[in-house]
Amino acid sequence: MKDMTRLAMATLLSSTMLTGIAVAQDNVPEGVTLADDQTFTYRVLDEHSSVDPQIVEDVTGSEIVRDLFEGLMNQNADGELVPGVATGYEVSDDNLTYTFTLREDAKWSNGDPVTAQDFVYAWRRAADPETASPYQWFMGLTSVANVDDVISGDMAPEELGVRAVDDTTFEVTLSEPLPYFPQMTTHATLFPAPQSVIEEHGADWTDPENIVSNGAYVLTEHLPNERSTRERNEMYWDNENTVIDRTVALVINDENVALTRYLAGELDRTEVPAGQFPRLKEEYPEEAISFPRLCNYYYTFNLTDGGPEAFQDVNVRKALAYAVDRDIITERVMAGGQPPAYHFTPAATAGFEAPDLEWMNMSQDERDHAALDMLAEAGYGPDNPLEFEMVYNTSEAHEKVAVALSQMWKQKLGVDVTLANMEWKVFLEERGNQNFDLARGAWCGDYNEASTFLDLLDSESGYNDGKYSNEEVDQLLADAKTAENPNELYAQVEQILFDEMPVIPVYHYAGVYMLDSDVGNWPVDNVEQNWYSKDLYKVAE
Amino acid sequence: MVFGSSQRAAAVADDVTDAIPVRGRSLLKDAQIRFVQNKAAMASVFVLGLIILFVVIGPLFAQWSNEEIDWDRMGDIAREGAPSLANGHFFGLDELGRDLYARVIQATRTSLLVGLVGAATALIIGTAYGLVAGYVGGRVDSAMMRFVDILLAIPLTLIIILLLVIAGRSFFMLFVSLGAVGWLTMSRIVRAQTLSLKTREFIEAARAAGVSEVKIMLRHILPNLIGVVIVYSSLLVPEMILAESFISFLGLGISEPYTSLGKLISEGAGTMAYGTTWQLLIPLSFYVAIIITMFFIGDGLRDALDPKDR
Amino acid sequence: MISYIIRRLLIAIPTILILIVASFFLIHFAPGGPFTSERPLPPQVLANIEARYGLDQPLWKQLWDYLTNIVLHFDFGPSFKFKDRDVNDIIAQGFPISLTYGSLAFIAASVVGIVLGVVAAIRHNSWIDYAAVSMGIGAQALPNFIMGPILILVFTLWLGWLPGGGWNGGQWQYLIMPVIALSTSYMGNIARLTRSSMLEVLNSNFIRTARAKGLPTRSVIWRHAMKPMLLPVVSYLGPVFVYVLTGSVFVDLYFSTGGLGQAYVGSALSRDYAVLLGVTILYGSLTVVVNLITDLAYAWFDPKIRY
Repeated sequence: MKDMTRLAMATLLSSTMLTGIAVAQDNVPEGVTLADDQTFTYRVLDEHSSVDPQIVEDVTGSEIVRDLFEGLMNQNADGELVPGVATGYEVSDDNLTYTFTLREDAKWSNGDPVTAQDFVYAWRRAADPETASPYQWFMGLTSVANVDDVISGDMAPEELGVRAVDDTTFEVTLSEPLPYFPQMTTHATLFPAPQSVIEEHGADWTDPENIVSNGAYVLTEHLPNERSTRERNEMYWDNENTVIDRTVALVINDENVALTRYLAGELDRTEVPAGQFPRLKEEYPEEAISFPRLCNYYYTFNLTDGGPEAFQDVNVRKALAYAVDRDIITERVMAGGQPPAYHFTPAATAGFEAPDLEWMNMSQDERDHAALDMLAEAGYGPDNPLEFEMVYNTSEAHEKVAVALSQMWKQKLGVDVTLANMEWKVFLEERGNQNFDLARGAWCGDYNEASTFLDLLDSESGYNDGKYSNEEVDQLLADAKTAENPNELYAQVEQILFDEMPVIPVYHYAGVYMLDSDVGNWPVDNVEQNWYSKDLYKVAE
Repeated sequence: MVFGSSQRAAAVADDVTDAIPVRGRSLLKDAQIRFVQNKAAMASVFVLGLIILFVVIGPLFAQWSNEEIDWDRMGDIAREGAPSLANGHFFGLDELGRDLYARVIQATRTSLLVGLVGAATALIIGTAYGLVAGYVGGRVDSAMMRFVDILLAIPLTLIIILLLVIAGRSFFMLFVSLGAVGWLTMSRIVRAQTLSLKTREFIEAARAAGVSEVKIMLRHILPNLIGVVIVYSSLLVPEMILAESFISFLGLGISEPYTSLGKLISEGAGTMAYGTTWQLLIPLSFYVAIIITMFFIGDGLRDALDPKDR
Repeated sequence: MISYIIRRLLIAIPTILILIVASFFLIHFAPGGPFTSERPLPPQVLANIEARYGLDQPLWKQLWDYLTNIVLHFDFGPSFKFKDRDVNDIIAQGFPISLTYGSLAFIAASVVGIVLGVVAAIRHNSWIDYAAVSMGIGAQALPNFIMGPILILVFTLWLGWLPGGGWNGGQWQYLIMPVIALSTSYMGNIARLTRSSMLEVLNSNFIRTARAKGLPTRSVIWRHAMKPMLLPVVSYLGPVFVYVLTGSVFVDLYFSTGGLGQAYVGSALSRDYAVLLGVTILYGSLTVVVNLITDLAYAWFDPKIRY
């Protein structure tokens, strides 16, 4: 699967090539009898923030928006680009102008055709300060010409570098080349928006009775904190190949209750609570599934002057990182098939190849000994125990990991760790202001490339809460933006991170689900878990 | 929600307020006799004593500390974590492989402490506030009581959430926030009692003899409030424990590695379907035992101090 | 009487005003804001959002705008988290739900509790009495948040009788578990309170006299014992009514009912200022009104009280 992804990347990166020949994608394999009731019901943790494509910011909302609206490009089950509203695109020689060709049969749910003008409107809307979307940062990331000036209000939204050449030709001008730009069009922020409906209903346009959308589904019901339902959009251009008729998202806050309800047959999909996977896998081998995801989980040292002096010493940082028994965390605490992390970037990231780091070849016993030696070298031991506080946000799973880590350090190294859990907003505030010794961090990739992770440790990154700063890393990351083979540079960055250990990688996420065995085509190989109801189907039992 | 019963307590304490104020040792002695004769109350004192004894000497028998993880067994709690005398985990293991015996002891201590300190905080603030308002009287009294009325109109969960969110979580803040919501009713009861005491002859006499106002408040009125205050406090203790467990449920309770009964119960309730019912049942039985004994002791005290013949 | 009611309602206005101001400042002083997020927003983006919601204004100005909007337009402001909805929408959607299962739980708790208590008192020291007392104490001692997962496990997974959650417009199947979960602890309290109050009344002189006169027990109980017996119960029921509505967060969380309890706690945690304030005002007003009704009911039950 990895090879295919790389191939797809290579194809995309080579310019002036018309990609995506529309293949009639019949999702259902031959010989499968479909169920009469094609309803897919899944559990979500929290109520979604919005179903407005330009405003939505949470995963839950994005899942809904991806079904309701369709952007220029979609992702397939492997996370590769496939045509969406656009049948393909061309890139100019200087890699600055992208011309998307839209399909003529694309329609809104009210029957109006989807035109290039709808995209122009939506993109301007996303960047417009009036819209005040939290996802304006994403617009900034696209490097569409003038986008920063539009966001700051120095230029009118009309001056954004997007243009409707004609109804089916949409042209984007970038201010600098961006190899992964086409991938970004699969994100909700860049989906089209129905101008007439928004102008008619204002903020209420996303209500089920008003909303008009161009995806495979339309929103038919929204009961906040209870459920939302989307149903087949008869106007959708590929309606014939869509199998699932209804998708229902049930808000169930408690994961254990959600599992109970799954077992009672009320849900087709739910998350497995930490630690329960092995038991469920044994009992329901067909239904308990686990696959790698594009997220990492780590603890970051506070490297500023406000942090503990001990953490300025690389030996201390390394000792703590070495003493973490990752197999215990992944196999006994989380126990959901999470890969243990010895480097920052998840191995599942497209094209990324981890360098051969020294500690990956050691046994845990050897690592523990090395940790003791390094700590002793730094001057800490039984007479002078290392003391610090570790903070994490309130959550049962985070707490388990934190307790296990603290006990490992305590028992193996004699380190005195104080645990402090904080409510989410307080946690963000304290971590953002460097009021911590050691803090939990986690990141899910915005796109499938190593820089989405490694950029976090850039000196200038807003998320670099430990304030790690290394010129060489910054330079390598900057070079990677335009490099022929950026993954070599990423490997070098990982080597430096291993040598300096500014963060302790703990594990990489896995999607751990109970998925009803009659649900077909769940994209387990899509590491970003961008799934579309239209690609699923349900088998008759 | 959990604070609901304070109104009942208020009604109960009102009964006592109606009663004749304590006049001397003889009445207290009577109360003592009445309390000892109350079988349910005495049995409760006995059970509570056992629990306290367990909390004190239980750690001597613990094979594990409350935060140590049993690495060998943590992978499969449902099968290997059940209570067992053989491996030293008398109450089994929690989800993370820590010894539940040690954790229950620590949690029981915390919950009792929360109940007692929370009630004590409420008692001190409420008594002082009510005493001053009732004794000084007039404008001061009505202003002070208006303030209490306003606070009573604020949903108490909000106050607790805000206090814990703003000031961060700690044992201290937990006690403060619990005390902060508990003193209101207490102050009303004390004020009412003070108002009626203030007009009695013995106070007039003290005043005529030239005793200072502060001294009258402390020496003559305060001792006569003890009956009401004790009754109401004993009813507050289980309320505080209930309140703490609700806070734990919201995820705003005590920080690891420390725990409380409420927290253990809410963790145990989450995992009860996974074959680890002891994680729910053991802390729950301690919790229920404490609450029930506290109720009976409170009722017993009320009956003892309320000379109205039943 | 009427002037008393008017006076009480007039006092309620400054009370609620103080409540608003206090909550307003409290929540603004809490660390983190509505737009503090995992990914720190670029300053320009944050500035756009703050300008949109008026958060760039000084606090007193924000408070003033907030109050004038309420008074002039009855507009409680936007939700910062749920951007498709405003506070009016959230309350209009969630409050009827809380009100429905809350009132049902209240009725269930009062009716069952009072009946249980009365029967226990009349059959004092019989097995009914003991059963009622133990049930009452048991229900009261269990923390009510453990009822959620237990009920779902039993009725949904094991027996398969009831749906595991949701509201579905308040269909009865969806109502049963929330109402049971919410009412039990109050039921126990009410039963105990009724029983002791009833015992006291039955032993009082006027009932003894009535009985001595040869009136049949049943009519004595109905005619004379009921009103005084209910007096302390009523004073307990008032606050319970408010608590049943405000304290329903665990029902919302476990049963996905979509009531206000969850919206309320959630808004405090996500610093959704306007939602938090809006719901606080609603609950504060409700408390004031219910307290007034309780006091009036008190007067009806106890003719000695005059206003």
